[in-house]
Amino acid sequence: MLLIPCPWCGPRDETEFTCGGEAHIVTPRAPEDLDDEAWGEFLYLRTNPKGRCAERWVHTHGCRRWFNVLRDTVTERILTVYEVGARPPQAGDD
Amino acid sequence: MFDRYSIFSLARNALSSHQNWPRAWRNPAPRRRYAAIIVGGGGHGLATAYYLAREYGIRDVAVLERGLIGLGNSGRNTTIVRSNYLWDASAQLYEHSLKIWERLSREINYNVMFSQRGVLNLAHDAHGLRELRRRVEANRLNGIDSEILSTAQVQRQVPALNCAPDARYPILGASFQRRGGVARHDALVWGLARAVDALGIDIIQHCEVTAIRQAGGRIIGVDTSRGPIDARTVGVAVAGHSSVLAHMAGFRLPLQSHPLQAFVSEPIKPVLDTVVMSNTVHVYVSQSDKGELVVGAGMDGYKSYSQRGSFPIVEATVNALVELFPSFRRLKMLRQWAGIVDVAPDASPIISRTPVGGLYFNCGWGTGGFKATPGSGHVFAHLLATGEPHPLGEPFTLDRFVTGALVDEHGAAAVAH
Repeated sequence: MLLIPCPWCGPRDETEFTCGGEAHIVTPRAPEDLDDEAWGEFLYLRTNPKGRCAERWVHTHGCRRWFNVLRDTVTERILTVYEVGARPPQAGDD
Repeated sequence: MFDRYSIFSLARNALSSHQNWPRAWRNPAPRRRYAAIIVGGGGHGLATAYYLAREYGIRDVAVLERGLIGLGNSGRNTTIVRSNYLWDASAQLYEHSLKIWERLSREINYNVMFSQRGVLNLAHDAHGLRELRRRVEANRLNGIDSEILSTAQVQRQVPALNCAPDARYPILGASFQRRGGVARHDALVWGLARAVDALGIDIIQHCEVTAIRQAGGRIIGVDTSRGPIDARTVGVAVAGHSSVLAHMAGFRLPLQSHPLQAFVSEPIKPVLDTVVMSNTVHVYVSQSDKGELVVGAGMDGYKSYSQRGSFPIVEATVNALVELFPSFRRLKMLRQWAGIVDVAPDASPIISRTPVGGLYFNCGWGTGGFKATPGSGHVFAHLLATGEPHPLGEPFTLDRFVTGALVDEHGAAAVAH
């Protein structure tokens, strides 16, 4: 069971949250200019790292707000949470 | 080939109290180079090696396994085998595999305990039943045995199931594939390992790939925890760790690695002689020959490589299980575990060339890889040996994530394993 520190509500059980997948994927501003390969890359390709990963989460059964989580996919430890749109904290910041 | 197992060998070895059975496979040190390397000593990797040698005569092959063979997802599944998938491409691929299952024990002289006890998929609402009907008709058009059972027929088939109209999850009907069933997962790995070894292929355990060496855009070998090994053809079948290997080779895959949990109960007397699956509430249950109930859960909702899984999934699965089978309420669960499954956006496998010449991936089997083991190996061996996709594998290359021709099995059949 993850205990996720919602930036607005404080630490809550993972059952209150939904994971929205990898963070920092920018929607292309002009999709019509992309070729199929670039569009496919935006839609489907992910880093899926073993270790530190940045993800979007939403507090579905709480404040319903989105935020980013830096999490370790091996230890399940949550390293930090930060605002949507902010740069991911670098190693050593936490 | 190997010393055949038979009633005579059993009798002969009984005379020496079974102390003199030969080793089923060697444990060799890696050589410096091979014609081909397969990364991953699970069922898929071993099946690939088996067909490389048997169908394509390529025996200068090493299977590299990070730990011991069969201790990854091959030892962590719920052993269900079926082929009742919705879309033509997947139905044909899984049916290809099911047909091999039906002859595999004889072929490799090893009892994989494939038991065609039938697989039920339950419908709990009108829409679910319509979807089952659609899938059953699609299966029949593809020549796959599949039928709809009424509530009364389901109750006759599975007396322990709560089919009352006021049940929490009422059962409106089910699809039934009689040729589906379960197999012994360890036996599959051991039987394939023995067959592969007898064909002259080296199975190298405790040999972790640490880097993928390339020159001029093609693969020339791998670095491992037991030293560098050269090969011009490398096939990767490492399930949950596919993205890690792809990262070493310098590209990304459309995969996410999630834990998929399962557990077994204490052993009880025979109560369930078929496989019951409910994709709606994510319970997949059968009874093993030892009497334990083998229960599969739904996938955890976030990425992880931890092989543990989170508790809310256990809770939800057990809740649903005891609603379906009230008599299981007082059973104790003995063991719980998770396998790391690599899920593609369309819940279909990837059997493909990669941006690196000579490097091939067989991955993305997600929650449903066990049933596909022999067929997957057969199709992947074709790709490794010829450089061209097997006709059954053509829809499953990486190209579909550029063209958009996905094989979308998410809602249809592939949520289960």
